[in-house]
Amino acid sequence: MRRLPYIVLLALLTLLVAVTFVLSLLIGPSDLGMIDSFHALFSTETSIGSMVMYEIRLPRAVLGLMIGITLGLSGAVLQGFLRNPLAEPGILGISSAAALGAVLALYTGLSALFPLALPLAGLAGAFVAVLLIRAMAGANGGTLTLILAGVAVSAFAGAMSTLVLNLSPNPFAAMEILFWMLGSLTDRSMTHVWLAGPFMIVGWIMLASLARPLDTLTLGPDAAATMGINVGRLQALAVFGTAASVGAAVSVTGAIGFVGLVVPHVLRPLVGSIPSRLLPASALGGAAVLLTSDILVRVIAPGRDLKLGVLTAMVGAPFFLWLVYRSRRNEL
Amino acid sequence: MSDCGSPAISPAPAGIVMRWLRRLCAAALALAFFAPLTVLAEKPPRRVVSMNVCTDQLAMLLAAPGQLLSVSFLASDPGSSALAAQAPRYRPNHGLAEEIFLMEPDLVITGTYTTQVAVSMLERLGFRVEKFAFETSFDDVRKNIRRMGALLGQEQRADDMVETLDAGLQQLAANAVAELTVATYASNSYTTGRNSLSEAVIEAAGLSNLGSEVGIEGSGRLPLEVLVLAMPQIVTSDTPTYDAPALAQENFVHPAYQAVLERARTASVPAANWICGGPFNLVAAQILHDAAHAVAAQREPTDK
Repeated sequence: MRRLPYIVLLALLTLLVAVTFVLSLLIGPSDLGMIDSFHALFSTETSIGSMVMYEIRLPRAVLGLMIGITLGLSGAVLQGFLRNPLAEPGILGISSAAALGAVLALYTGLSALFPLALPLAGLAGAFVAVLLIRAMAGANGGTLTLILAGVAVSAFAGAMSTLVLNLSPNPFAAMEILFWMLGSLTDRSMTHVWLAGPFMIVGWIMLASLARPLDTLTLGPDAAATMGINVGRLQALAVFGTAASVGAAVSVTGAIGFVGLVVPHVLRPLVGSIPSRLLPASALGGAAVLLTSDILVRVIAPGRDLKLGVLTAMVGAPFFLWLVYRSRRNEL
Repeated sequence: MSDCGSPAISPAPAGIVMRWLRRLCAAALALAFFAPLTVLAEKPPRRVVSMNVCTDQLAMLLAAPGQLLSVSFLASDPGSSALAAQAPRYRPNHGLAEEIFLMEPDLVITGTYTTQVAVSMLERLGFRVEKFAFETSFDDVRKNIRRMGALLGQEQRADDMVETLDAGLQQLAANAVAELTVATYASNSYTTGRNSLSEAVIEAAGLSNLGSEVGIEGSGRLPLEVLVLAMPQIVTSDTPTYDAPALAQENFVHPAYQAVLERARTASVPAANWICGGPFNLVAAQILHDAAHAVAAQREPTDK
């Protein structure tokens, strides 16, 4: 079977993202019709309908798009950079650590005094986790070391978040561990877009600049170094880029797993395993998957506030098992 | 009285017998008259422990001095108890079987769903436990008040309380404003719908409840966009002030909710006034009623 031309693949993915984005704007618990929704979206007068579109549905769709891009892109970069098929912000504990940072900023009241503390704390948590993982895995970190380190970071950060939430004098806090572990886009507002968006964009730019160096890195770090790749700079960009984008994303929507794992794996054969081609495709794919999940959350259980991570894990966890099975077979 | 003690018309020889008979008759009468009462009210409980914030409040209102020994710790939380100021007079309990066992109560009153494990243990240990279902209508409230009165041997007080409640409800119904909708909107976007005490209070104030209009039973989530599109005339606000923030209260700062607050009138109904059934429900209904009149007063000039 001939592979799709790369440009066609990108066009198809873009179309998919556009369709899911528009669908996300049209689906909601109220019976605001499709035509009314569009009318409200493009009319200049401030009606109640336009308020629903701009203040409730648009931030949700925009955050879904941006967080999908973040997860897809960071998953692809981490897999290329660590040269490990299981690397992903969720599995490596980066998301949990970012959630811990955000939990600390939010429930102590710090982010109420200084709103930027929320994404910055998420970023700091993610940064610490990436550094820790990198140190644990070493230059040629094997799959096992990396995953073990990830499990440890993830368990520790999750336990600390739970502790903080349980100690909070607010009786609702303890129940919110679900949000931080599984993520949700429900009733997020433009405030969250403005808080997290700039950090995510800066992160994307850093990660995207790694496209070419990652191609060279497929030859191995030593070979890459002799070909003029500054491995230290590459590492710094990967670490900061992941921390900035994932940290900011998690701090406003909680940790959403498996998107960063599944999407690059599905798309890799379609782009011929070339990192520089995988990155844009994976970013778009991540956005499409996240927007679709967020639509399904609203369709399957309207009014129940089903968490996003439930859906992504339902698809992602079996995929993960299949990956494990395949890698075991290859080792034999 | 019966004709048991009919006047003695018999002559002297029968006098002694008659006197004896009459005495017996009086004793029998006294027994017949008081016996059922002594069974019921001979021993009103002296060491009553309440384990539920709702039974706490009814018990505090109805018990005789010294009769009520302990109430739940929630009874002194102004966020959930309308009688928080009175609660510190009683020993607090936390719904633990052990602490209640040590209090040696002769009556434990609790809610149907309160700490069920502890309650069933107390029942196993032989304590008298009376469970109260939570109220979803004013009929339930009346029933619970009367039942609490009977259990505590305070029937008269209970009847008076029901009378006060009914008088208050009648007064509210007498000058209600028609066709206004109110939305209750709490942490995590929760609202109350059909078959809830809040709904009963809202109806008592002459208003209709958005929660039941959109088909919510009991309580459930009211999505923010449904609230915005429905744009009720009144929104109840009881923004809780906890010592620390949580995501559950982020819905109150959402720009779309703020826009609703700009258009609708807010009625600050303290949650404690309609979590549980009791005469304090009238306070909640009165606040809603006043808000409705304020909305109607604002409307009139624009109608002309």
